[in-house]
Amino acid sequence: MLDDFFTRALLAGIGVALVAGPLGCIIVWRRLAYFGDTLSHAAVLGVALAIMLDANLTISVFVVAISVSCALLVLQRRGSVSSDSLLGLMAHSALALGLVVLSFLTWVRIDLMALLLGDILAVSVNDLIMIYLGGGLVLGVLAWIWRPLFAASLSPELAAAEGLAPERVNIIFMVLMALVIAMAMKIVGVLLITALLIMPAVTARRFAAGPEQMALLAVAIGILSVFGGLFGSLHWDTPTGPSIVVAGLVLFMLSMTPLGRRQAAVRSPKGE
Amino acid sequence: MLTRSEALISLTNAGVQRSRQWLVRGVDLKVHPGEIVTLIGPNGSGKSTTAKMALGLLSLDEGARAQSDALVVGYVPQKLAIDWTLPLTVDRFMTLTGRVAADAVSAAMTATGVAHLWQADVCTLSGGEFQRVMLARAMARKPDLLVLDEPVQDVDFNGEIEIYELIQKIREDVGCGVLLISHDLHVVMAATDRVLCLNGHICCQGTPVAVASSDEYQRLFGLRSAQSLAVYQHHHDHTHMPDGRVRHADGSITDHCHPDDGSHGALPPADHVRSDSAPLAAGRPAGERPRKDQDAG
Repeated sequence: MLDDFFTRALLAGIGVALVAGPLGCIIVWRRLAYFGDTLSHAAVLGVALAIMLDANLTISVFVVAISVSCALLVLQRRGSVSSDSLLGLMAHSALALGLVVLSFLTWVRIDLMALLLGDILAVSVNDLIMIYLGGGLVLGVLAWIWRPLFAASLSPELAAAEGLAPERVNIIFMVLMALVIAMAMKIVGVLLITALLIMPAVTARRFAAGPEQMALLAVAIGILSVFGGLFGSLHWDTPTGPSIVVAGLVLFMLSMTPLGRRQAAVRSPKGE
Repeated sequence: MLTRSEALISLTNAGVQRSRQWLVRGVDLKVHPGEIVTLIGPNGSGKSTTAKMALGLLSLDEGARAQSDALVVGYVPQKLAIDWTLPLTVDRFMTLTGRVAADAVSAAMTATGVAHLWQADVCTLSGGEFQRVMLARAMARKPDLLVLDEPVQDVDFNGEIEIYELIQKIREDVGCGVLLISHDLHVVMAATDRVLCLNGHICCQGTPVAVASSDEYQRLFGLRSAQSLAVYQHHHDHTHMPDGRVRHADGSITDHCHPDDGSHGALPPADHVRSDSAPLAAGRPAGERPRKDQDAG
């Protein structure tokens, strides 16, 4: 079964959607979409360094993403540049640096399109193992820190006052995000990772009454987008990564139609 | 002052500064189990900052903070903006920072009068309803220390009385210490053991009556407010139930409360009346109250 490239692609997509659902919800709640973008742009630098140092690609991307997160934390504390400017600066610096480093490595031929837009059809069995092991780890840790993470998303002060440790949870969350970006890079490419993370969550919001329900719905919507994108790309011969994102967009737009609105109204009654 | 057991939290000469200006400085504060401490002061006097120092949310630039072991805190912050992107029902909000027994949740929600809202989306609540829900959440945790930052903002006047009584009841039932920040200088709960009057530092402290008559307080807020610092004392002879009906002292239930049905007490002593002439439903003499503003629920 795993011999078929299409089956492997489906499994890889489902694996990433399982993780992207709950993680994407947190990103939406905390307004971290641009932060996710910054980390995924930094992945290009990670790829360049991996090739230069002949290191494992996923690990290299992970390490670079963590370093960028830490640099952001430190620079934010100093507070001389506003957060959004800082994110923009870091995102595009990392992307540009990565491309410059790659241009020096004249002996390698790198498929820039695959790097930027993903190549889910080239997923190997090893990649699959990596996605499911890493994904299992991320989901396990996420379940462990879910309550404090959610409470701190709502109000860091309230969480801290009542004895949770929001700072520590935030750092763990950043590590998880870096891990997921390293994993998802292969599926949709560095330019579209954030879309894969936030689109299912945003679509799920209209139908969810509680945070846990929203996370589960986001997983389901993510899996639907993967199916839609893959079969769509097979049928119309379109690039798979962008097709998955477009499928997500279609689902989002469907949720905005009166059909979606009626559903949402039924699910969130006020009082009795 | 009474000597009690070990303090739940204590600040010693605590201060916080921002860009070389002291927000508040030299604060000595102790809250013991079963004690209600109220912080009052004008805007920007460091009330919330002091509460945050006590909770350990702000690192001190001066002084020290201590708390008892395994302290369970219930916190009602001054503002809590919940974004629409965050789907949250009231009952999920109750267990936000930790598991709470279901009966503790329903008891707390009944006590604050929001039991009927348990399935409502938090975003759809009115300001007053949300305040009560936040209070219920903090109560349900069965805290050792309850920190309430302006718990009666957005709550109507009768609700304000109910909530002050509720805080007193929680203190009696659970025996927790309460740190209360009051936005209203005129009404300080009678149950308050100690009032701290802040203005960048502690300018005076003591029992509500002692603070009201102190020179520092009068200088800070003017003679007029000093005269009108009312110690809230309320004799309940009827209760407004969440559905709008009224339960009277003799146990009978009516749809409205009528000023002339004998259920309303006589005018309390003059120093117990709110100065700002808010309609004090239970405090007016029978007959004085115009018919048209009878409580509709």
